Amino acid sequence: MSQRRLIYLDNNSTTPCDPRVVDTMVPYFYDKFGNAASRSHHFGWEAEDAVDYSREQIARLLNVEDKEVIFTSGATESNNLAIKGVFEMYAKKGNHIITAETEHKAVLDTCKHLEKAGAEITYLKVQEDGLVNLADLEAAIKPSTILVSLMWANNETGVIQPMAEIAKICEKHGVLFHSDATQAVGKIPTHPRETGVHLMSFTAHKMYGPKGVGALYVSRKNPRVKVTAQMDGGGHERGMRSGTLNVPGIVGFGKAAELARLEMHQDAERLGKLRDRLQAALCQLEETKVNGNEGSRMPHVTNISFKHVEGEGLMMTFNQNIAVSSGSACTSASLEPSYVLVSMGLGDDLAHSSIRFSLGRFTTDEDVDMAVKLVTDGVNHMRELSPIWEMYKEGVDLTKIEWAAH
Amino acid sequence: MAYSDKVLDHFKNPRNVGSLDKEAKNVGTGLVGAPECGDVMRLQIEVDEVTGVISDAKFKTFGCGSAIASSSLATEWLKGKTLDEAAGIDNMDIVEELALPPVKIHCSVLAEDAIKAAINDYRTKNGLPELTDAAAASANA
Repeated sequence: MSQRRLIYLDNNSTTPCDPRVVDTMVPYFYDKFGNAASRSHHFGWEAEDAVDYSREQIARLLNVEDKEVIFTSGATESNNLAIKGVFEMYAKKGNHIITAETEHKAVLDTCKHLEKAGAEITYLKVQEDGLVNLADLEAAIKPSTILVSLMWANNETGVIQPMAEIAKICEKHGVLFHSDATQAVGKIPTHPRETGVHLMSFTAHKMYGPKGVGALYVSRKNPRVKVTAQMDGGGHERGMRSGTLNVPGIVGFGKAAELARLEMHQDAERLGKLRDRLQAALCQLEETKVNGNEGSRMPHVTNISFKHVEGEGLMMTFNQNIAVSSGSACTSASLEPSYVLVSMGLGDDLAHSSIRFSLGRFTTDEDVDMAVKLVTDGVNHMRELSPIWEMYKEGVDLTKIEWAAH
Repeated sequence: MAYSDKVLDHFKNPRNVGSLDKEAKNVGTGLVGAPECGDVMRLQIEVDEVTGVISDAKFKTFGCGSAIASSSLATEWLKGKTLDEAAGIDNMDIVEELALPPVKIHCSVLAEDAIKAAINDYRTKNGLPELTDAAAASANA
């Protein structure tokens, strides 16, 4: 009995581990099980060497010094450490932090937490294409501003912020710049030093490495940045992040970084073509809209609204065969549609109709062909069932109807 | 979140999808929900004017799988019922039949609202007073 492979187009949620990554990790569960902090014997030295090597592999991907890489449990922790750590370390300088409405919850909720501790937070709106307005950013900076935190690439739309321009504004005003680069590292060049980013969060499991390990880049010179540790303990990672290092995870992270450095460009080129083909084919359907700036976007991502069809219902037509995610409410318990798309000025109705497709290293041409077919069939099927599609086809102006909101 | 087999069955094989002539005197139409909320249901009933029994029911729904299943199930239940019996359909009956989880209860509420709206449309067209909640409750009792 043959079971057809489930097609995975949700690589922005997580990527599968590259088998080459897993292979490098395995010995560190068995013979090489030592604690990297054990300075007195072979097992510890072996683990420490492995961690050092991994740190170099990651530093090389980012074009930074290895000591500037602080290992954490993942990007959520890195974001917490960066933002809370800067807030506490630079409390004498000011209490104002600037971020944007479309950031990941790990940034937004960290900022909300700090508001209770006396921080003043500015949440920038974004333009319709998802980009931050640079004039708005500059206007928001004031003497008490200590940090700007803006993501490199958005998880829902793939939109890439103008990092160098943002960095210039931060530089001009002497403000630290943190970026949540979770979706960008390993997929496109992310060189924080050349770009002017002082702190950068990222994680292994979005770049074909294991879950449960991430890192924070912290600039050591020009400027020398310090963050207050958020956990007390053995003073690992230059005192910024205590806790026994996840050696097998770190080894896998390093290998993933090396593979990304060597293969990123060919992956991006191939996936860009595949994504363009997928998007063009799906936009053959009537009444579709691509969300986010197509000129400044990650090569493997597209976010499309299929008007008059609800995203979760649509996904149900093909989720036995294809895995994607939707900006519709019903995927979460909150019943609110994607705040990212709403912040971009998309109506709630279009946000409910959106599907995110994120391709990856293991996506094939056949996967994309199958996705085009199944999604097209699904949209057509759901439109047959949709009363608002029928009304649209009859020429009813849907904006003129008094809907009974509930 | 996994869907129950009954939700999947109604989603894959929705019953009574389509439209009735909304201008016809013996047809009642209920349109509830809003695109902004992610759910719109249109439920229609055709009433036998001699017997007062619902002879046909159709739906179209914009929404998630549970919303589609709730409206599909409602059309099945409506056929053959008198208007009073139909008015007594309670959203919790739908929740129970489809094993809807708490986050999807609003789908069943919407289906109940659609039923009542369709009945009221029919009653208004035929010079009858609209159902009040009390009338619906007594029909339910």
